[in-house]
Amino acid sequence: MIYSFTCIICPLGCVIEIEMENGKIKEVRGNKCPRGKEWAIEELLSPKRIVITVLPVEKSELPVVSVKTSQPVDVRKIPSLMKYLSELKLMAPIKIGDVVAEFEGVKIIATREAKKVK
Amino acid sequence: MEPLPQIPMMSYDVVVIGGGPAGMAAAVKAKELGLNVLLLDENDYLGGILPQCIHPGFGLHYYREELTGPEFASRLAKRLVELGVEYKTGTRVLEIRNCSDLEKVVIFTSPRGAYQVWAKAVIYATGARERHAFEIGIVGDRVSGIYTAGESQTLMDIYGIMPGKEIVIVGSGDVGLIMARRFALEEAKVKAVIELMPYPGGLARNVMILRDFDIPLYLSHKVVELRGKGRVERVKVVRVDENLNEIPRSEFWIEADTLIISAGLLPSVKKLEQIGVEIDPATGGPVVNDRLETSVPGIFVAGNSLLINDLVDYVAEQGELAAEGAKEFIEKGGIESRKWVKVEKGENVRLLVPHYLSGDRDVYLYLRVARPMEDIELRIPEIGKRMKFLVVKPSEMLRIRLKAEEIEGEKLTVRVVKV
Ligand SMILES: Cc1cc2nc3c(=O)[nH]c(=O)nc-3n(C[C@H](O)[C@H](O)[C@H](O)COP(=O)(O)OP(=O)(O)OC[C@H]3O[C@@H](n4cnc5c(N)ncnc54)[C@H](O)[C@@H]3O)c2cc1C
Ligand code: SF4
Repeated sequence: MIYSFTCIICPLGCVIEIEMENGKIKEVRGNKCPRGKEWAIEELLSPKRIVITVLPVEKSELPVVSVKTSQPVDVRKIPSLMKYLSELKLMAPIKIGDVVAEFEGVKIIATREAKKVK
Repeated sequence: MEPLPQIPMMSYDVVVIGGGPAGMAAAVKAKELGLNVLLLDENDYLGGILPQCIHPGFGLHYYREELTGPEFASRLAKRLVELGVEYKTGTRVLEIRNCSDLEKVVIFTSPRGAYQVWAKAVIYATGARERHAFEIGIVGDRVSGIYTAGESQTLMDIYGIMPGKEIVIVGSGDVGLIMARRFALEEAKVKAVIELMPYPGGLARNVMILRDFDIPLYLSHKVVELRGKGRVERVKVVRVDENLNEIPRSEFWIEADTLIISAGLLPSVKKLEQIGVEIDPATGGPVVNDRLETSVPGIFVAGNSLLINDLVDYVAEQGELAAEGAKEFIEKGGIESRKWVKVEKGENVRLLVPHYLSGDRDVYLYLRVARPMEDIELRIPEIGKRMKFLVVKPSEMLRIRLKAEEIEGEKLTVRVVKV
C-alpha cells in the first residue's frame, strides 16, 4: 500500500510517498529533506492536530468564546474531545489564555476575550 | 452633499479607516512616529476579520509565534490602547473628501449621528469583500441557505449559530477549506468542495483538511444551479474542460441544505473610486508607489484593500509602511521622488504591488503568479536580477526584497520563467 502526502513543513510542498508492507514502512520517497520524512511518518502513524472550536458562554457580550487545545491532539481522539466540549457551558468573564477546561491532560485555552454583559 | 452640522471639527494628522490588522498596525506605527491619529471601524470591536478566524496560523513572521486570529488581533489592540491611540468602533466611513493635498475630510456615521473630521493624510484599510453566488453565475430558485464563507464564519464563530447541516462549498481557497473543517468538526456533513480550477486554491496545510475529514474535492467542476422550496435542497454541478467551458452531459446533483460560496475576495475600494483613485484591474486595489500612496496624494492604502494577502504578517507590514509614508507626506508636504520607476508584469506574473518605485529606499514587491510552476527563476532583466524558486503557486503570494541601489532606469519587468 502506498500513502501519499503533500508536505506542509515548508513552501516546497514535496509530494511524499510512504510504501507500507505487512504493517511496516518499506520506503519513504519524494521528500527533499529529512524533516519531511519525519513529518510524513507521523502523519501516517499518529496524526495530530490543534483543535479549535467555540464554546457557549453565559452572561457574555458575545454568546460564544473561541478556544484551542494547548497541544496537538491525536486525530482519533478528536471526536470524543468534541463530544466532551459540546457539553460545556462557560461563564463570563473570560480572558485570553484562561484554561477553561481540561480533557485527558489536554488544556482547553480561551483565544478570545468574553466580556461580562453590563 | 450638504455640509454637515458643524460640530466642532476635530483635526488629525492621520485618519485610519478600518480597524483590522492593517489599520491597527498603521495606527500604532503612526502614533509611534509622533502623529496625531484617529482610527475608525464600523464593527463593534477591533480586529477586522481576525476575531472570527479562530484557527492557528497567524503571526509567525510578525510575532515569531503561531497565534490564532483573535489572539493576533488582541495583541495589536493591546498595543494600540497602551499607546493611547484614539479610536472609535461602530463608526462607518461614508465619504472621503480631498480638498487639497494636506486637507482631507473624512465623513462618518456613528450611533450618535454623522460627523466629519479633518486629516492631513488618510490611511485606507477597509479590507476586502467576498464574491457572492450571483457574481459567479449560479442560477435557480430564490432560496435561503446561501452564505459566503465569511458570513458563515461570523455566524458560527462569533455568534455560535450553525448555518446548516448538509453543506456544499464552492471554492477550495483557504477560506473555503477552513470553513469545511469548522463544519465537519461541528458535525455538519460537508458533501463536497467544488473547485473550478484543475488544482486546489488553498495552501497545502489547508488542503489536508479534506483528507482529515474525508471530504470529496471536485477539481475542474462548477456549481451552476440550485433548487429548493424556501431553502436550498440540491445543487447542480458540471465538469469543465481546460478552457473552463462546461462539458455537455457531465452534470450531476448533490443534495444539500446549505451552499457556502468561497469564490475569492476583492479589495474593497469604493470610497477610493469615488475620489478618483486609480485602480489596478489585476489586483482590484489601487495603483500605489513604494510608500503605498495612491494616485491621490496623501491617501495611503494597506492590507486587503491594497491587494488580497494570504498572510496577516504582510498585512501588518503594509500598515506600518503606509504610516511611515503618511509621516513623510505630512512633514515634507508630499511624497517626492526624483523619478518614479515603473514596475511591470512579465511572463506568468498575474499581479504585482507596488507599481512605482522611488529608488531611494529598499522595498518589498508583493506578487502572485498566474499558473503553478516548478524550478523557476524570477528575473528582472533590466537590472540583471535573478532569483531561484523550486515552486511557485497562485495561492502563495511572493514577497521579494529589492535594494534601493538596484532600482534604476525607466521600468523594471518582473518575469517568472522556467530555467
Ligand atoms: C477565512 C480566512 C482565513 C485566514 N487565515 C489566515 C491564516 O491562517 N494566517 C494568516 O496570516 N492570514 C490568514 N488570513 C488572512 C488575513 O486574515 C487577512 O489578510 C487580514 O485579516 C486582512 O486584514 P485587513 O486589515 O486588510 O482587513 P480586515 O481584517 O478585513 O479589516 C478591515 C476592517 O475595515 C472595516 N471597514 C470596512 N469598511 C469600513 C468603513 N466604510 N468604515 C469603517 N470601517 C470599515 C471593517 O469593519 C474591518 O474591521 C485569513 C483570511 C480569511 C478570510
Ligand atoms: S520534505 Fe522537506 S523540502 Fe520537501 S516540503 Fe517537506 S520540509 Fe520542505
